[in-house]
Amino acid sequence: MNFADSASAMKNLLGSEGDSQRTLYPYVTGTSVVAIKYKDGILIAADMGGSYGSTLRYKTVERLKPVGKHSVIGASGEISDFQEIMRYLDELILYDNMWDDGNSLGPKEVHNYLTRVMYNRRNKFNPLWNSLVLGGVKNGQKYLGTVSMIGVQYEDSHVATGFGNHLARPILRDEWHENLTYEEGVKLLEKCMRVLLYRDRSAVNKLQIAKITEEGFTISQPYSLKTFWDFAAFKNPTVGAEGSW
Amino acid sequence: MFRNQYDTDVTTWSPAGRLFQVEYAMEAVKQGSAAIGLRSKTHVVLACVNKANSELSSHQKKIFKVDDHIGVAIAGLTADGRVLSRYMRNECINYSYTYESPLPVGRLVVQLADKAQVCTQRSWKRPYGVGLLVGGLDESGAHLYYNCPSGNYFEYQAFAIGSRSQAAKTYLERKFESFVDSSRENLIKDALFALRETLQGEKLTSSICTISIVGVGEAFHTLDQETVQGLINEFEVVGEEPPADEAAPPEQGAGTEAALAPAAPAAAAADEGAPADQGVAPMDI
Repeated sequence: MNFADSASAMKNLLGSEGDSQRTLYPYVTGTSVVAIKYKDGILIAADMGGSYGSTLRYKTVERLKPVGKHSVIGASGEISDFQEIMRYLDELILYDNMWDDGNSLGPKEVHNYLTRVMYNRRNKFNPLWNSLVLGGVKNGQKYLGTVSMIGVQYEDSHVATGFGNHLARPILRDEWHENLTYEEGVKLLEKCMRVLLYRDRSAVNKLQIAKITEEGFTISQPYSLKTFWDFAAFKNPTVGAEGSW
Repeated sequence: MFRNQYDTDVTTWSPAGRLFQVEYAMEAVKQGSAAIGLRSKTHVVLACVNKANSELSSHQKKIFKVDDHIGVAIAGLTADGRVLSRYMRNECINYSYTYESPLPVGRLVVQLADKAQVCTQRSWKRPYGVGLLVGGLDESGAHLYYNCPSGNYFEYQAFAIGSRSQAAKTYLERKFESFVDSSRENLIKDALFALRETLQGEKLTSSICTISIVGVGEAFHTLDQETVQGLINEFEVVGEEPPADEAAPPEQGAGTEAALAPAAPAAAAADEGAPADQGVAPMDI
């Protein structure tokens, strides 16, 4: 392979101003998703914000969706890419149902399918700019995993994306345990989401929590968390600062 | 079946609505050496007769492992069978790679059947000349399927294909109702008995047969010659009658099996009223 060929190939791969054929930056993005395993299945939480850079532009974005009978997906990152992923998954589930036999794709299968999709896109230098959480229950087995835009995947008893990894996971490492009840699980997730609300600039105070159990998928109506701002340090913040107002 | 003016192309219908080339392909299956499959709730056993052409040559491989949870026994044009086995292995491995999960047998056989059907509707192709007994496990338990050159597939409790398979089928028809709850050992025994029926008096030894099994917690594998010969010896010592009572443990078989032999004809009479669709071969279109 001579030098001239590889140079032009590289140019094609990495692109130039001329090509609008691949994702270069994300535009409308969702922030953290946090999920935990609990006694009956999976609980997953995400707020309903779609940021446009630093503007908190859209406030009714549903970032949690059911997948087939057994799974739920939560996405952070580029919302349009999430919509594309949903189209892939809807088609996957459709073909699975069309077999009309006693078999169905469980959360493990969906998670691995997504990993293949994300990794293959990454290899073509045209990623789906998302971090995904995939959870579900099938035949009594609980499953919870995550996959990133570069195709890194893993499973755990609690996962999060983005800021959730830095702010929520430490709380979960301390306070998560096997066989949380539904109420305990929700409380734990709300604690994580509250910290994210205080500290993540792209968080909005409108969230949904979804659960998936052997029976199926349910998602809460959007609601807000109570916050507390009455700290002494917040009163008269400018006292002692010459020249501020 | 005699030669006629409608049998040259696979894409020519006869006035009676038959595709003769496809039927001729099914004849090729009947000419191959016997292959037998049976299943219980948890296991599937595949057994076949491996006769070498001459003393100098080795025998043809007729049982293929497709994946840890699926195996296939073939009868007919073994070359076609090999190629289809490669296709099946490919499908299984691709599914496993994408979904980290074993391909359900039921889906594999449909893909196989669709592949066979294509060859019945293209003027530049010919039907595969091989019948496949596909045994495997999936979510809903153990399954045994038979795939035809016609592109049809059927699920069975037990089945036999190839030459002199009718003898084996007669045996299986008598016993199939007991297979569902059969133990692993008894299932293998029944496979050996059925195989022996196809030999028409010739001595059954482990050098002319191959037995493979797949089950819950047991990956598909072929039993080695010693094990098979051991099992054959066990029931040949007892006497020629296959046990009528499945509850009799094989180790203590010696005295009790001979005593139970008279019960066999009675059990067979009771089995006569069994539903005809299981274990019966609708081989013809």
